[in-house]
Amino acid sequence: MDRALRRKLANYVFIGLCLFGTAIALLSLALILWSLFSQGVGGLNLHLFTMDTPAAGSEGGLRNAIVGSILMCGVAMIIALAVGILAGTWLAEIGGDTPYGHAVRFLNDVLLSAPSILIGVFVAQVLVTGSPFALGHFSGWAGAVALAILATPIVTRTTEDILNLQPNALREAGMALGASQFTTIRTIIWKAAGAGLLTGGLLGFARISGETAPLLFTALGNQFFTANLGEAMESLPHVMYNFALTPYEDLNKLAWAAALLVALAVLGVNILGRWLARDKNAGH
Amino acid sequence: MSVEAKAPRVDLTDPIFRWVSFAAATLLLVVLASLIGLLFVGGWPALSKFGFDFFLKFKDCPVGQGPICIDTPWNPVTDNYSATAPILGTLITSFIALVFALPIAIGIAVFLTQFCPQRIAQPLSTAVELLAGIPSIVYGMWGLFVFAPWFAKTIQTPLLIAASQTPDSFLAKLVAGVPNGANLFTASIILAIMILPYMAAVFRELFRSIPAQVREAAFGVGATPFEVVTAVIIPYVRKGMIGVVMLGLGRALGETMAVTFIIGNSHRFPKSLFDSSSTLASTIANEFAEAADIHRSALIALGLVLFLITFSVLAVARWLLSTQRY
Repeated sequence: MDRALRRKLANYVFIGLCLFGTAIALLSLALILWSLFSQGVGGLNLHLFTMDTPAAGSEGGLRNAIVGSILMCGVAMIIALAVGILAGTWLAEIGGDTPYGHAVRFLNDVLLSAPSILIGVFVAQVLVTGSPFALGHFSGWAGAVALAILATPIVTRTTEDILNLQPNALREAGMALGASQFTTIRTIIWKAAGAGLLTGGLLGFARISGETAPLLFTALGNQFFTANLGEAMESLPHVMYNFALTPYEDLNKLAWAAALLVALAVLGVNILGRWLARDKNAGH
Repeated sequence: MSVEAKAPRVDLTDPIFRWVSFAAATLLLVVLASLIGLLFVGGWPALSKFGFDFFLKFKDCPVGQGPICIDTPWNPVTDNYSATAPILGTLITSFIALVFALPIAIGIAVFLTQFCPQRIAQPLSTAVELLAGIPSIVYGMWGLFVFAPWFAKTIQTPLLIAASQTPDSFLAKLVAGVPNGANLFTASIILAIMILPYMAAVFRELFRSIPAQVREAAFGVGATPFEVVTAVIIPYVRKGMIGVVMLGLGRALGETMAVTFIIGNSHRFPKSLFDSSSTLASTIANEFAEAADIHRSALIALGLVLFLITFSVLAVARWLLSTQRY
């Protein structure tokens, strides 16, 4: 066979394989999304928001789980934003180039992709049983702390990246006016990076809102409504885990509805974060 | 009107701010360090009780079954535990998942960055990135309710019937198992689907970081797109690609929810590809909330093993990727 023809053929085969791979991936992901919507939409109704998780055979909703998820994710995000933005700022503005800074950055990256179930085991050991700080029982606080440990590295990483993107002229301008470093960072740098910081927060939130593993041994679950973080607390991912593994069809249906709610929330938050980030880039 | 001389105020906000932000950065280190410390302390009773047997325990073989037999006890009643089966399950599922996901992820990234019309590439890339954010438990539920029953009916049962014609063949040994779709292989497929969008998204970032001149130079000397990809683009980011593979592996190793639903949760030594098994993460997820004493300690020791494996994989990944910032 002629050499040019062979090269051409190899090229077409390669493009075909790439297309094929993309098609397989998109198809399987489309199948998953299709199941999620077709199974989840049937379970959507007003009872989801007004009634608590039921026993098998009786009617119920997801009110306690929705409230629990929002509370625990909310507390987790407050902790994560406070610690993450400060740590990210330290890395970007103060000590990022020291050996200690490199170590922090590296270990933050490790924490970023550490298996979430280990965070659950860790927090369970510290806050549930087995340490001097332990409460001795499952609690919403423990769940929130576990989620915060998952979200903080994401916030730290995005904060550092965003602050590094801010032009040095901004810092010099602040210093030239005689402002202290803190004033410069607070009133100029953080303000200029506002949308980016928010995006980091949203990405962190999207990550933790579907996390199940760290909640299994910390917040556990609670079939009754509670807004008290000191008690065991239900959450949407935990409902999915529990109800999907039961043989009862009505509970399975609730699990799918919970899955749909979580997936929609995650997608919505992700899209919002992207939109904010794009808006910021367009402004520059 | 007289001018009053004021002593200059000492401004403490800067030092305080430095210390507070330094403390925040240090908190991350403290969390990671105490995570390792607690896993070690918590797992120590089991590790010291079982010693090396915890990782590999031999037993006397039944007559006619080879020279070496491995015992994989996991018995909360007699308090006898071994990590062999979960470690094997973790490594096997992650490896198979990577074998499936890697070529497809590279294919998607190449397609999106090289061949795809710009107008479709952007929405497709966004879709891939959004799918990477779907919580893993959703993949697990799909595996449990949709994929496992379909697999059992359409693939596993016919294969078992075919294999029953030749009971001693390689095929029969490979597919032996209860046809319920909850096994090593289906868990690997779900894992592969789960890490696919993530790996594709990072590969795409990596390929996009290549300067346009490099590609254009290759096209300029008359290379076909296939040759540009294999001879220029992939070698250009080779190190980074290995880093991405390690990142994907790190995800697969530590993944809990997607696997727990569908692996079957048995602690036997896996006899075939379609045998039920367990992973480190799934064992912890299933048993930790109710475990006490040495059982709990054994589970924490599993966590320590999982941490050490993922930590080394991720450390290599980060090192490879940091030498090639994408």
